[in-house]
Amino acid sequence: MFDKDKLPQLKSSLEKYDELTKKMTDKRPERKDVFKSGSGDPVKNVYTPLDIEEFDYSESLGMPGSYPYTRGVQPNMYRGKLWTMRMYAGFATAEESNKRYKYLVEQGSSGLSVAFDLPTQIGYDSDHALAEGEVGKVGVAIDSLKDMEVLFDGIPLDKVSTSMTINAPASVLLAMYIAVGEKQGVSADQLRGTIQNDILKEYIARGTYIFPTEPSMRLITDIFEYCSKEVPQWNTISISGYHIREAGSTAAQEVGFTLADGIAYVEAALKAGLKVDEFAPRLSFFFNSHNDLLEEVAKFRAARRLWAKIMKERFGAENPKSMMLKFHTQTGGSTLTAQQPDNNIIRVTIQTLAAVLGGTQSLHTNSRDEALALPSEDSVRIALRTQQIVGHESGVTNSVDPLAGSYFIEAMTDKIEEEALAYITKIDEIGGAPKAIDNGYIQQEIMDAAYQYQKDIESNDRVVVGVNQYQIKEGPPKGLLRVDLSVGEQQKKQLVDLKASRDNDAVEKTLVALKTACHGTDNLMPYIIDAVKVYATLGEITQVMRDVFGEYQQNVMI
Amino acid sequence: MDRPIRVLVAKPGLDGHDRGAKVIARALRDAGMEVIYTGLRQTPEQIVNAAIQEDVDVIAASILSGAHATLLPRISALLKKEDAEDILFVAGGVIPEDDIPELIEKGIKAVFTPGTPTTVTVKFIEENVRK
Repeated sequence: MFDKDKLPQLKSSLEKYDELTKKMTDKRPERKDVFKSGSGDPVKNVYTPLDIEEFDYSESLGMPGSYPYTRGVQPNMYRGKLWTMRMYAGFATAEESNKRYKYLVEQGSSGLSVAFDLPTQIGYDSDHALAEGEVGKVGVAIDSLKDMEVLFDGIPLDKVSTSMTINAPASVLLAMYIAVGEKQGVSADQLRGTIQNDILKEYIARGTYIFPTEPSMRLITDIFEYCSKEVPQWNTISISGYHIREAGSTAAQEVGFTLADGIAYVEAALKAGLKVDEFAPRLSFFFNSHNDLLEEVAKFRAARRLWAKIMKERFGAENPKSMMLKFHTQTGGSTLTAQQPDNNIIRVTIQTLAAVLGGTQSLHTNSRDEALALPSEDSVRIALRTQQIVGHESGVTNSVDPLAGSYFIEAMTDKIEEEALAYITKIDEIGGAPKAIDNGYIQQEIMDAAYQYQKDIESNDRVVVGVNQYQIKEGPPKGLLRVDLSVGEQQKKQLVDLKASRDNDAVEKTLVALKTACHGTDNLMPYIIDAVKVYATLGEITQVMRDVFGEYQQNVMI
Repeated sequence: MDRPIRVLVAKPGLDGHDRGAKVIARALRDAGMEVIYTGLRQTPEQIVNAAIQEDVDVIAASILSGAHATLLPRISALLKKEDAEDILFVAGGVIPEDDIPELIEKGIKAVFTPGTPTTVTVKFIEENVRK
């Protein structure tokens, strides 16, 4: 790419530059001894062609929409259409959440994203002892198809795309969604959306696991198989680095561990007899966007290039769609501060720019009050407006991958790819992601980075505005959203009514059939769909699977 | 005290966010304390039983799910019932300022909200633990 003959000349001018800056900094030292990226990697004062000597445009980048997709998965990216502005929302009852979704759609949100409460995510009905105090708190409570019907009331499922953050019981919630579609007269092949369905990162970082690894992987590959035939427009998994990053990982770890999880899912599906180009086009990813704008942009580009190579070279994919890393982004919850919460609007703006300059397919922007409580309606609107302003006013969407070719960006992209690949190689040596989770390797690496981050803040090596510098005296924040404890009581009462009014013999029959299927090798999706349609509850269905599969035991370590 | 302070770092409820719990656990350990971490999804009963069995001086509970008003007072009530109120009970996490007075009234000795330096928690424990 560069004229090799001119590099020695450049080298000597760089040496002169280094001498000059050294003279200067001897007199007046720089602000820091070492300048570090958001992830703690040293950053040099200047980048030149010497940092990317091997750079070859066609091999490293290619055109947007072409292998290795460094510059983006579509040829024209946001000139065609902006990313999907998808605000993650859900709290209290299905009725309340339904109102919030309609509000978001009115305000220009282009896709729905459902947050479920913890009991739902862990497969407990609202009347379970362990659900006490948790019902409707971090998301909406769904006990049965009844709740799901209310949740999507008046929202035509052939018109919206819906993302559901659900993992261990993803099959059950997907079954309910299919059933709601059917009641609306929308066939499964018209449904568009995503289930998170990524159990490995639950073991690593997010914690809403239920079953052990093996049956969990079976449920996931059953979904891949079922959807490839019946729900072809559905993204069957969202392989998530988001929570890995929130748990404290670096940017390179986020890419390395996420793609290692991705490799495990591909291997599981191949082992189950699926063909790579049958299911791989429906794999999707989910990344975080933190404050270090340039490092984040490089991260997204590195992830795309590395995944394309893995799919092509390691798994022999032939369909270009199998090689494209499509991803959703959420801004970094852990970067937001409880102190001076309005400052978070600015952080989210930077993170939005990073996601957009990094070529995201959809984006959730966090609200300013998320370090304090669930977001209020006003805060959500500002967060959505942030995306709209970046999309329509900032100009960064006019040209595809506008930062490409920057010495810094390309050097950083190479570096993150290289570091991520080193993690993947290490995990391969351990025997794959599930083993590297069981023995705690991945969790330990993340925790080391998280602890270093905290120490850097406490030693003031890392400035967090409002936290360790520029503090002010503040009163308690106003206007926070609160979820009433009566939500739990209301859900419990509805469960009593449901169980009195449904056909309990039919429920029993479908649950017995499901149990038999769990013991065998049939695809479980049709059995689960039968059960949800007769209003078996999420807890009942999950309990059948708990009885057969057992429960995951966490490797507890600090 | 002639032995290091023993702390049970606990995750009550269904919340899976354990970054804070683990960071605090490491910080307390680096400050010379002995730390036992419960892992996720512990009921108040399990936490209090573990605290008594492990003979700890401190319970440090981390909760970010919004279930603090239900779960934390239950832990202090159980400590009272087990005659173990000399165990210092502190909590941290995403807990709105407005909820703190009620928690303090119900026996939680301190609540540390996001952004609190670990040194503040360490100091509080050192100054308030049973002597």
